[in-house]
Amino acid sequence: MPDNPIRILIAKPGLDGHDRGAKVIARALRDAGMEVIYTGLRQSPIMIVEAALQEDVNAIGVSILSGAHQVLVPRIIDLLNDNGLYNVPLFVGGIIPDNDVEELIQLGVAGVFGPGTSTSDIVSAVREAVS
Amino acid sequence: MSLIKQIISGDRRALAQALTLVENDYQNSQNMLAEVYTHTGHAHIIGVTGIPGAGKSTLLNALVKLMRKCEDTLGLLAVDPSSQFSKGAILGDRIRMRDLLGDKGVFIRSMATRGELGGLSSSTAGAVDVLDAAGFDRVIVETVGVGQAEVDIASNAHTSIVVLCPGVGDSVQAAKSGILEIADIIVVNKSDYPKVNVTKSYLREMLDIGSAVQVGLSETQNMTCDPHLVHGTSGAGNNSWQVPIITTVATSGEGVSELFDHLLAHYDHITSTGEITVRRQNRLRAIFESRLRKQLYTKFSQMLSEDYFLRQLELMMVRETDPYTAATECMNNFEINYIGDED
Ligand SMILES: Nc1nc2c(ncn2[C@@H]2O[C@H](COP(=O)(O)OP(=O)(O)OP(=O)(O)O)[C@@H](O)[C@H]2O)c(=O)[nH]1
Ligand SMILES: [Mg+2]
Repeated sequence: MPDNPIRILIAKPGLDGHDRGAKVIARALRDAGMEVIYTGLRQSPIMIVEAALQEDVNAIGVSILSGAHQVLVPRIIDLLNDNGLYNVPLFVGGIIPDNDVEELIQLGVAGVFGPGTSTSDIVSAVREAVS
Repeated sequence: MSLIKQIISGDRRALAQALTLVENDYQNSQNMLAEVYTHTGHAHIIGVTGIPGAGKSTLLNALVKLMRKCEDTLGLLAVDPSSQFSKGAILGDRIRMRDLLGDKGVFIRSMATRGELGGLSSSTAGAVDVLDAAGFDRVIVETVGVGQAEVDIASNAHTSIVVLCPGVGDSVQAAKSGILEIADIIVVNKSDYPKVNVTKSYLREMLDIGSAVQVGLSETQNMTCDPHLVHGTSGAGNNSWQVPIITTVATSGEGVSELFDHLLAHYDHITSTGEITVRRQNRLRAIFESRLRKQLYTKFSQMLSEDYFLRQLELMMVRETDPYTAATECMNNFEINYIGDED
Protein backbone atom coordinates (compact mmCIF):
# COMPACT_ATOMS: atom_id res chain seq x y z
CA MET A 1 0.00 0.00 0.00
CA PRO A 2 1.35 3.46 -0.78
CA ASP A 3 2.45 5.82 1.95
CA ASN A 4 -0.79 7.15 3.33
CA PRO A 5 -1.08 9.92 5.88
CA ILE A 6 -1.91 9.00 9.46
CA ARG A 7 -5.47 10.02 10.34
CA ILE A 8 -5.95 11.17 13.91
CA LEU A 9 -9.02 12.43 15.75
CA ILE A 10 -8.46 15.31 18.16
CA ALA A 11 -11.30 15.99 20.55
CA LYS A 12 -11.94 18.04 23.61
CA PRO A 13 -14.33 16.36 26.01
CA GLY A 14 -15.56 17.93 29.23
CA LEU A 15 -17.27 21.19 29.93
CA ASP A 16 -14.46 23.73 30.01
CA GLY A 17 -14.27 25.99 27.00
CA HIS A 18 -10.54 26.14 26.32
CA ASP A 19 -9.31 24.36 23.27
CA ARG A 20 -6.18 26.36 22.54
CA GLY A 21 -3.97 23.46 23.59
CA ALA A 22 -5.88 21.05 21.37
CA LYS A 23 -5.62 23.46 18.45
CA VAL A 24 -1.86 23.80 18.85
CA ILE A 25 -1.48 20.03 18.85
CA ALA A 26 -3.76 19.70 15.83
CA ARG A 27 -1.64 22.18 13.94
CA ALA A 28 1.61 20.45 14.91
CA LEU A 29 0.28 17.07 13.78
CA ARG A 30 -0.85 18.56 10.50
CA ASP A 31 2.56 20.12 9.95
CA ALA A 32 4.00 16.67 10.54
CA GLY A 33 1.94 15.43 7.60
CA MET A 34 -1.03 13.92 9.43
CA GLU A 35 -4.69 14.37 8.65
CA VAL A 36 -6.28 15.72 11.78
CA ILE A 37 -10.01 15.39 12.24
CA TYR A 38 -10.77 18.14 14.67
CA THR A 39 -14.12 17.87 16.36
CA GLY A 40 -14.04 20.81 18.75
CA LEU A 41 -15.31 21.46 22.23
CA ARG A 42 -17.57 19.60 24.65
CA GLN A 43 -17.48 16.22 23.01
CA SER A 44 -19.06 13.40 24.97
CA PRO A 45 -17.33 10.00 24.98
CA ILE A 46 -20.09 8.69 22.71
CA MET A 47 -19.49 11.48 20.22
CA ILE A 48 -15.75 10.87 20.26
CA VAL A 49 -16.00 7.14 19.67
CA GLU A 50 -18.70 7.52 17.03
CA ALA A 51 -16.53 10.05 15.15
CA ALA A 52 -13.49 7.77 15.45
CA LEU A 53 -15.51 4.90 14.01
CA GLN A 54 -16.89 6.87 11.05
CA GLU A 55 -13.54 8.44 10.28
CA ASP A 56 -11.67 5.13 10.66
CA VAL A 57 -8.81 6.95 12.36
CA ASN A 58 -5.43 5.45 13.22
CA ALA A 59 -5.27 7.22 16.59
CA ILE A 60 -7.25 9.44 18.95
CA GLY A 61 -6.07 12.32 21.10
CA VAL A 62 -8.24 13.84 23.79
CA SER A 63 -7.41 17.00 25.66
CA ILE A 64 -8.77 17.12 29.20
CA LEU A 65 -8.26 20.10 31.48
CA SER A 66 -11.26 19.71 33.67
CA GLY A 67 -9.87 16.98 35.91
CA ALA A 68 -12.60 14.69 34.70
CA HIS A 69 -10.20 12.19 33.18
CA GLN A 70 -11.07 9.55 35.77
CA VAL A 71 -14.60 9.46 34.48
CA LEU A 72 -14.08 10.27 30.81
CA VAL A 73 -11.16 8.05 29.91
CA PRO A 74 -12.54 4.70 31.17
CA ARG A 75 -15.82 5.51 29.46
CA ILE A 76 -14.07 6.22 26.15
CA ILE A 77 -12.06 3.02 26.43
CA ASP A 78 -15.20 0.97 27.14
CA LEU A 79 -16.94 2.45 24.15
CA LEU A 80 -13.93 1.86 21.91
CA ASN A 81 -13.95 -1.79 22.92
CA ASP A 82 -17.71 -2.08 22.41
CA ASN A 83 -17.26 -0.79 18.87
CA GLY A 84 -14.38 -3.05 17.94
CA LEU A 85 -11.89 -0.18 18.06
CA TYR A 86 -9.58 -1.68 20.71
CA ASN A 87 -6.62 -1.37 18.33
CA VAL A 88 -6.89 2.39 18.04
CA PRO A 89 -4.34 4.03 20.35
CA LEU A 90 -5.77 6.69 22.65
CA PHE A 91 -3.63 9.59 23.87
CA VAL A 92 -4.55 11.92 26.68
CA GLY A 93 -3.28 15.47 27.01
CA GLY A 94 -3.84 17.94 29.80
CA ILE A 95 -3.08 18.38 33.46
CA ILE A 96 -3.11 14.87 34.90
CA PRO A 97 -1.67 14.27 38.40
CA ASP A 98 1.33 11.89 38.40
CA ASN A 99 -0.53 9.27 40.42
CA ASP A 100 -3.28 9.10 37.84
CA VAL A 101 -0.97 8.78 34.85
CA GLU A 102 -0.02 5.22 35.79
CA GLU A 103 -3.67 4.36 36.24
CA LEU A 104 -4.54 5.64 32.78
CA ILE A 105 -1.72 3.65 31.22
CA GLN A 106 -3.01 0.57 33.06
CA LEU A 107 -6.41 1.19 31.53
CA GLY A 108 -4.84 1.04 28.08
CA VAL A 109 -4.05 4.67 27.28
CA ALA A 110 -1.14 4.80 24.82
CA GLY A 111 0.41 7.97 26.21
CA VAL A 112 -0.25 10.88 28.53
CA PHE A 113 1.09 14.33 27.68
CA GLY A 114 1.38 17.00 30.34
CA PRO A 115 1.42 20.75 29.62
CA GLY A 116 5.19 20.88 29.06
CA THR A 117 5.40 18.11 26.44
CA SER A 118 7.00 19.25 23.20
CA THR A 119 4.94 18.86 20.07
CA SER A 120 7.74 16.88 18.41
CA ASP A 121 7.57 14.31 21.23
CA ILE A 122 3.84 14.01 20.63
CA VAL A 123 4.36 13.58 16.90
CA SER A 124 6.88 10.79 17.41
CA ALA A 125 4.73 9.05 20.02
CA VAL A 126 1.79 9.02 17.63
CA ARG A 127 3.91 7.77 14.74
CA GLU A 128 5.33 5.01 16.86
CA ALA A 129 1.99 3.86 18.24
CA VAL A 130 0.48 3.73 14.77
CA SER A 131 3.30 1.93 12.98
CA MET B 1 -19.14 -12.07 5.02
CA SER B 2 -17.67 -9.88 2.28
CA LEU B 3 -17.04 -6.22 2.97
CA ILE B 4 -19.81 -5.27 0.54
CA LYS B 5 -22.38 -7.49 2.24
CA GLN B 6 -21.38 -6.01 5.57
CA ILE B 7 -21.79 -2.50 4.22
CA ILE B 8 -25.19 -3.25 2.78
CA SER B 9 -26.32 -4.86 6.01
CA GLY B 10 -25.57 -1.57 7.77
CA ASP B 11 -22.22 -2.32 9.40
CA ARG B 12 -20.83 1.16 9.99
CA ARG B 13 -17.33 0.04 10.78
CA ALA B 14 -17.16 -1.92 7.53
CA LEU B 15 -18.41 1.17 5.74
CA ALA B 16 -15.69 3.29 7.35
CA GLN B 17 -13.04 0.75 6.35
CA ALA B 18 -14.29 0.60 2.79
CA LEU B 19 -14.00 4.38 2.56
CA THR B 20 -10.43 4.14 3.81
CA LEU B 21 -9.61 1.57 1.16
CA VAL B 22 -11.01 3.83 -1.56
CA GLU B 23 -9.02 6.74 -0.24
CA ASN B 24 -5.74 4.94 0.36
CA ASP B 25 -5.40 2.31 -2.27
CA TYR B 26 -6.32 3.14 -5.82
CA GLN B 27 -5.43 -0.29 -7.15
CA ASN B 28 -6.78 -2.57 -4.49
CA SER B 29 -10.05 -0.71 -4.16
CA GLN B 30 -10.87 -1.25 -7.80
CA ASN B 31 -12.48 -4.67 -7.38
CA MET B 32 -14.49 -3.52 -4.43
CA LEU B 33 -15.69 -0.42 -6.28
CA ALA B 34 -16.68 -2.57 -9.23
CA GLU B 35 -18.88 -4.63 -6.95
CA VAL B 36 -20.13 -1.55 -5.12
CA TYR B 37 -21.17 -0.09 -8.45
CA THR B 38 -23.73 -2.82 -9.00
CA HIS B 39 -25.52 -1.61 -5.86
CA THR B 40 -25.55 2.11 -6.72
CA GLY B 41 -28.03 4.39 -8.40
CA HIS B 42 -30.53 4.93 -5.61
CA ALA B 43 -29.18 7.95 -3.75
CA HIS B 44 -29.83 11.57 -4.53
CA ILE B 45 -26.31 13.03 -4.78
CA ILE B 46 -26.03 16.62 -3.61
CA GLY B 47 -22.95 18.81 -3.96
CA VAL B 48 -22.48 21.76 -1.63
CA THR B 49 -19.73 24.18 -2.49
CA GLY B 50 -18.96 27.85 -2.01
CA ILE B 51 -16.52 30.33 -0.64
CA PRO B 52 -14.45 29.31 2.40
CA GLY B 53 -16.22 29.97 5.66
CA ALA B 54 -19.57 30.72 4.02
CA GLY B 55 -21.27 28.45 6.53
CA LYS B 56 -21.58 25.28 4.45
CA SER B 57 -21.06 22.88 7.35
CA THR B 58 -23.34 24.84 9.68
CA LEU B 59 -25.98 24.86 6.98
CA LEU B 60 -25.65 21.13 6.46
CA ASN B 61 -26.03 20.58 10.18
CA ALA B 62 -29.38 22.39 10.06
CA LEU B 63 -30.48 20.90 6.76
CA VAL B 64 -29.69 17.34 7.73
CA LYS B 65 -31.59 17.72 11.01
CA LEU B 66 -34.61 18.71 8.96
CA MET B 67 -34.14 15.84 6.53
CA ARG B 68 -33.97 13.43 9.45
CA LYS B 69 -37.45 14.58 10.48
CA CYS B 70 -38.59 13.16 7.15
CA GLU B 71 -36.78 9.91 7.91
CA ASP B 72 -34.26 10.42 5.11
CA THR B 73 -30.92 8.75 5.80
CA LEU B 74 -27.78 10.67 4.92
CA GLY B 75 -24.18 10.06 4.03
CA LEU B 76 -21.97 13.14 4.18
CA LEU B 77 -18.50 13.65 2.75
CA ALA B 78 -16.69 16.76 3.92
CA VAL B 79 -13.68 17.50 1.73
CA ASP B 80 -11.00 19.93 2.91
CA PRO B 81 -7.68 20.87 1.31
CA SER B 82 -4.39 19.23 2.22
CA SER B 83 -1.43 21.45 2.98
CA GLN B 84 0.80 21.80 -0.06
CA PHE B 85 3.86 21.68 2.16
CA SER B 86 3.35 19.02 4.79
CA LYS B 87 0.64 16.99 2.97
CA GLY B 88 -1.21 17.04 6.25
CA ALA B 89 -4.63 18.58 6.77
CA ILE B 90 -6.95 19.85 9.43
CA LEU B 91 -10.41 18.53 8.74
CA GLY B 92 -12.71 20.67 10.82
CA ASP B 93 -16.16 20.40 9.31
CA ARG B 94 -17.36 18.14 12.12
CA ILE B 95 -17.11 21.02 14.57
CA ARG B 96 -20.24 22.49 12.97
CA MET B 97 -22.05 19.19 12.57
CA ARG B 98 -22.18 18.21 16.19
CA ASP B 99 -25.95 17.81 16.27
CA LEU B 100 -25.69 14.96 13.80
CA LEU B 101 -23.62 12.64 15.92
CA GLY B 102 -25.19 9.66 17.59
CA ASP B 103 -27.86 9.40 14.92
CA LYS B 104 -27.62 6.07 13.14
CA GLY B 105 -29.32 7.54 10.09
CA VAL B 106 -26.35 9.82 9.43
CA PHE B 107 -22.78 8.96 8.53
CA ILE B 108 -20.13 11.66 8.19
CA ARG B 109 -16.70 11.22 6.69
CA SER B 110 -13.98 13.86 6.34
CA MET B 111 -11.58 13.66 3.42
CA ALA B 112 -8.48 15.61 2.53
CA THR B 113 -7.80 16.53 -1.08
CA ARG B 114 -4.31 14.96 -0.95
CA GLY B 115 -3.36 17.05 -3.98
CA GLU B 116 -3.03 14.16 -6.36
CA LEU B 117 -3.56 14.49 -10.09
CA GLY B 118 -7.07 13.27 -10.84
CA GLY B 119 -6.99 11.64 -7.42
CA LEU B 120 -9.42 13.77 -5.55
CA SER B 121 -12.32 13.55 -7.93
CA SER B 122 -11.76 9.86 -8.42
CA SER B 123 -11.63 8.91 -4.76
CA THR B 124 -14.49 11.22 -3.87
CA ALA B 125 -16.63 9.68 -6.58
CA GLY B 126 -15.70 6.22 -5.28
CA ALA B 127 -16.64 7.27 -1.76
CA VAL B 128 -19.98 8.59 -3.00
CA ASP B 129 -20.64 5.24 -4.67
CA VAL B 130 -19.83 3.39 -1.44
CA LEU B 131 -22.29 5.56 0.50
CA ASP B 132 -24.91 5.10 -2.22
CA ALA B 133 -24.47 1.33 -2.09
CA ALA B 134 -24.71 1.46 1.71
CA GLY B 135 -28.28 2.60 1.17
CA PHE B 136 -28.31 6.25 2.20
CA ASP B 137 -31.20 8.14 0.62
CA ARG B 138 -29.09 11.21 0.04
CA VAL B 139 -25.35 11.60 -0.24
CA ILE B 140 -24.03 15.11 0.31
CA VAL B 141 -20.51 16.24 -0.61
CA GLU B 142 -19.18 19.47 0.90
CA THR B 143 -16.21 21.05 -0.86
CA VAL B 144 -14.59 24.45 -0.82
CA GLY B 145 -15.21 25.89 -4.25
CA VAL B 146 -11.81 27.32 -4.93
CA GLY B 147 -10.06 24.90 -7.26
CA GLN B 148 -11.22 23.27 -10.45
CA ALA B 149 -11.12 19.80 -8.90
CA GLU B 150 -13.53 20.90 -6.20
CA VAL B 151 -15.86 22.41 -8.76
CA ASP B 152 -15.66 19.15 -10.76
CA ILE B 153 -16.76 17.19 -7.74
CA ALA B 154 -19.70 19.45 -7.11
CA SER B 155 -20.75 19.35 -10.74
CA ASN B 156 -20.86 15.56 -10.58
CA ALA B 157 -23.84 15.79 -8.28
CA HIS B 158 -27.47 15.52 -9.26
CA THR B 159 -28.11 18.80 -7.46
CA SER B 160 -25.47 21.45 -6.79
CA ILE B 161 -25.88 24.05 -4.07
CA VAL B 162 -23.55 27.05 -4.06
CA VAL B 163 -23.27 28.84 -0.73
CA LEU B 164 -22.25 32.50 -0.63
CA CYS B 165 -22.49 35.32 1.89
CA PRO B 166 -23.68 38.92 1.75
CA GLY B 167 -21.00 41.17 0.29
CA VAL B 168 -20.89 41.76 -3.42
CA GLY B 169 -17.11 41.37 -3.55
CA ASP B 170 -17.42 37.71 -2.65
CA SER B 171 -20.10 37.21 -5.25
CA VAL B 172 -17.97 38.78 -7.94
CA GLN B 173 -15.19 36.38 -7.00
CA ALA B 174 -17.65 33.51 -7.13
CA ALA B 175 -18.87 34.57 -10.56
CA LYS B 176 -15.30 34.79 -11.82
CA SER B 177 -14.34 31.41 -10.46
CA GLY B 178 -17.20 29.83 -12.35
CA ILE B 179 -18.98 28.25 -9.42
CA LEU B 180 -22.19 30.10 -10.21
CA GLU B 181 -22.38 28.16 -13.46
CA ILE B 182 -22.74 24.86 -11.67
CA ALA B 183 -25.41 26.09 -9.26
CA ASP B 184 -28.86 24.58 -9.28
CA ILE B 185 -29.62 26.43 -6.07
CA ILE B 186 -27.80 29.46 -4.68
CA VAL B 187 -27.82 30.13 -0.97
CA VAL B 188 -26.91 33.49 0.49
CA ASN B 189 -26.11 32.40 4.02
CA LYS B 190 -25.35 34.71 6.96
CA SER B 191 -28.26 36.82 5.87
CA ASP B 192 -28.28 38.25 9.38
CA TYR B 193 -25.45 40.43 7.98
CA PRO B 194 -26.16 43.65 6.08
CA LYS B 195 -26.33 44.01 2.27
CA VAL B 196 -28.27 40.80 1.67
CA ASN B 197 -30.55 42.39 -0.89
CA VAL B 198 -27.73 44.02 -2.84
CA THR B 199 -26.00 40.65 -3.05
CA LYS B 200 -29.19 38.91 -4.09
CA SER B 201 -29.93 41.32 -6.90
CA TYR B 202 -26.34 41.18 -8.11
CA LEU B 203 -26.51 37.37 -8.22
CA ARG B 204 -29.88 37.47 -9.95
CA GLU B 205 -28.38 39.71 -12.61
CA MET B 206 -25.41 37.39 -13.11
CA LEU B 207 -27.75 34.44 -13.49
CA ASP B 208 -29.98 36.28 -15.97
CA ILE B 209 -26.98 37.21 -18.09
CA GLY B 210 -25.84 33.60 -17.93
CA SER B 211 -29.14 32.20 -19.12
CA ALA B 212 -29.47 34.86 -21.83
CA VAL B 213 -26.13 33.67 -23.16
CA GLN B 214 -27.27 30.06 -22.95
CA VAL B 215 -30.45 30.79 -24.91
CA GLY B 216 -28.39 32.57 -27.56
CA LEU B 217 -26.04 29.62 -27.78
CA SER B 218 -28.66 26.94 -28.14
CA GLU B 219 -30.35 28.88 -30.93
CA THR B 220 -27.19 28.97 -33.01
CA GLN B 221 -25.47 25.81 -31.92
CA ASN B 222 -28.06 23.05 -32.04
CA MET B 223 -26.39 21.27 -29.09
CA THR B 224 -23.84 19.09 -30.87
CA CYS B 225 -22.21 16.46 -28.79
CA ASP B 226 -18.72 17.67 -28.09
CA PRO B 227 -17.59 15.51 -25.18
CA HIS B 228 -15.48 18.34 -23.81
CA LEU B 229 -18.39 20.69 -23.50
CA VAL B 230 -20.24 18.48 -21.10
CA HIS B 231 -18.55 19.65 -17.92
CA GLY B 232 -20.11 22.49 -16.10
CA THR B 233 -23.27 22.82 -18.12
CA SER B 234 -25.28 21.34 -15.29
CA GLY B 235 -26.63 24.54 -13.82
CA ALA B 236 -28.70 27.32 -15.32
CA GLY B 237 -29.76 27.16 -18.92
CA ASN B 238 -29.71 23.63 -20.25
CA ASN B 239 -33.09 22.83 -18.82
CA SER B 240 -36.11 24.79 -17.74
CA TRP B 241 -35.06 25.01 -14.09
CA GLN B 242 -35.01 28.51 -12.61
CA VAL B 243 -32.07 28.74 -10.20
CA PRO B 244 -33.53 30.02 -6.91
CA ILE B 245 -31.57 32.32 -4.62
CA ILE B 246 -32.39 31.47 -1.03
CA THR B 247 -31.36 33.49 2.00
CA THR B 248 -30.51 31.60 5.16
CA VAL B 249 -29.11 32.03 8.65
CA ALA B 250 -27.56 28.64 9.20
CA THR B 251 -26.86 29.28 12.87
CA SER B 252 -30.55 29.83 13.67
CA GLY B 253 -32.02 27.59 10.98
CA GLU B 254 -33.84 30.45 9.27
CA GLY B 255 -34.53 29.72 5.61
CA VAL B 256 -33.37 26.13 5.85
CA SER B 257 -36.79 24.63 5.28
CA GLU B 258 -37.11 26.72 2.08
CA LEU B 259 -33.79 25.29 1.04
CA PHE B 260 -35.05 21.78 1.69
CA ASP B 261 -38.22 22.50 -0.33
CA HIS B 262 -36.18 23.71 -3.28
CA LEU B 263 -33.90 20.71 -3.03
CA LEU B 264 -36.89 18.39 -3.25
CA ALA B 265 -38.34 20.46 -6.08
CA HIS B 266 -35.09 20.24 -7.99
CA TYR B 267 -34.96 16.48 -7.58
CA ASP B 268 -38.56 16.24 -8.83
CA HIS B 269 -37.67 18.48 -11.72
CA ILE B 270 -34.68 16.47 -12.90
CA THR B 271 -36.47 13.16 -12.52
CA SER B 272 -39.63 14.28 -14.30
CA THR B 273 -37.79 15.96 -17.18
CA GLY B 274 -35.27 13.16 -17.64
CA GLU B 275 -32.44 15.57 -16.85
CA ILE B 276 -31.23 13.13 -14.21
CA THR B 277 -30.19 10.71 -16.94
CA VAL B 278 -27.98 13.39 -18.45
CA ARG B 279 -26.46 14.07 -15.07
CA ARG B 280 -25.85 10.40 -14.36
CA GLN B 281 -24.09 10.11 -17.66
CA ASN B 282 -22.00 13.22 -16.99
CA ARG B 283 -20.99 11.78 -13.69
CA LEU B 284 -19.93 8.48 -15.21
CA ARG B 285 -18.03 10.29 -17.89
CA ALA B 286 -16.20 12.35 -15.27
CA ILE B 287 -15.24 9.26 -13.26
CA PHE B 288 -14.17 7.38 -16.38
CA GLU B 289 -12.08 10.32 -17.58
CA SER B 290 -10.48 10.90 -14.24
CA ARG B 291 -9.53 7.21 -13.89
CA LEU B 292 -8.09 7.29 -17.41
CA ARG B 293 -6.10 10.45 -16.73
CA LYS B 294 -4.70 9.07 -13.55
CA GLN B 295 -3.75 5.68 -14.97
CA LEU B 296 -2.32 7.16 -18.12
CA TYR B 297 -0.17 9.46 -16.05
CA THR B 298 0.99 6.61 -13.82
CA LYS B 299 1.79 4.42 -16.78
CA PHE B 300 3.60 7.19 -18.58
CA SER B 301 5.68 7.99 -15.49
CA GLN B 302 6.69 4.35 -15.29
CA MET B 303 7.72 4.36 -18.96
CA LEU B 304 9.77 7.50 -18.65
CA SER B 305 13.21 6.83 -17.23
CA GLU B 306 14.28 9.29 -14.62
CA ASP B 307 17.80 9.47 -16.09
CA TYR B 308 16.40 10.38 -19.46
CA PHE B 309 14.19 13.01 -17.87
CA LEU B 310 17.12 14.55 -16.03
CA ARG B 311 19.31 14.46 -19.14
CA GLN B 312 16.65 16.35 -21.05
CA LEU B 313 16.60 18.90 -18.28
CA GLU B 314 20.38 19.35 -18.61
CA LEU B 315 20.08 19.72 -22.36
CA MET B 316 17.51 22.44 -21.79
CA MET B 317 19.91 24.25 -19.50
CA VAL B 318 22.59 24.34 -22.21
CA ARG B 319 19.92 25.22 -24.78
CA GLU B 320 20.33 22.11 -26.87
CA THR B 321 16.65 21.42 -26.46
CA ASP B 322 13.68 23.17 -24.91
CA PRO B 323 10.78 21.99 -22.74
CA TYR B 324 8.33 22.27 -25.64
CA THR B 325 10.22 19.99 -28.00
CA ALA B 326 11.34 17.62 -25.26
CA ALA B 327 7.79 16.96 -24.07
CA THR B 328 6.60 16.13 -27.57
CA GLU B 329 9.58 13.86 -28.17
CA CYS B 330 8.83 11.93 -24.99
CA MET B 331 5.27 11.46 -26.11
CA ASN B 332 6.32 10.38 -29.58
CA ASN B 333 8.28 7.55 -28.03
CA PHE B 334 5.39 6.41 -25.90
CA GLU B 335 3.55 3.49 -27.51
CA ILE B 336 -0.08 4.36 -27.94
CA ASN B 337 -2.50 2.17 -29.80
CA TYR B 338 -5.79 3.45 -31.05
CA ILE B 339 -8.60 2.20 -28.85
CA GLY B 340 -11.99 1.87 -30.46
CA ASP B 341 -14.31 -0.32 -32.45
CA GLU B 342 -13.12 -1.30 -35.93
CA ASP B 343 -15.08 0.37 -38.70
N1 LIG C 1 -23.68 35.24 11.72
C1 LIG C 1 -23.70 34.04 11.12
N2 LIG C 1 -22.65 33.22 11.26
C2 LIG C 1 -22.70 32.02 10.65
C3 LIG C 1 -23.82 31.63 9.89
N3 LIG C 1 -23.57 30.38 9.38
C4 LIG C 1 -22.35 30.03 9.81
N4 LIG C 1 -21.82 31.01 10.59
C5 LIG C 1 -20.50 31.01 11.22
O1 LIG C 1 -19.51 31.08 10.20
C6 LIG C 1 -18.35 30.34 10.58
C7 LIG C 1 -17.98 29.35 9.49
O2 LIG C 1 -18.99 28.36 9.41
P1 LIG C 1 -18.76 26.94 8.74
O3 LIG C 1 -20.05 26.23 8.76
O4 LIG C 1 -17.59 26.29 9.34
O5 LIG C 1 -18.40 27.40 7.26
P2 LIG C 1 -17.88 26.49 6.05
O6 LIG C 1 -18.35 27.15 4.82
O7 LIG C 1 -18.27 25.07 6.26
O8 LIG C 1 -16.32 26.67 6.22
P3 LIG C 1 -15.16 25.85 5.47
O9 LIG C 1 -15.60 24.43 5.41
O10 LIG C 1 -13.99 26.08 6.34
O11 LIG C 1 -15.03 26.50 4.13
C8 LIG C 1 -18.69 29.69 11.90
O12 LIG C 1 -18.16 30.49 12.93
C9 LIG C 1 -20.21 29.71 11.95
O13 LIG C 1 -20.73 29.73 13.25
C10 LIG C 1 -24.92 32.52 9.76
O14 LIG C 1 -25.93 32.27 9.08
N5 LIG C 1 -24.80 33.73 10.39
MG1 LIG D 1 -17.06 23.36 6.29
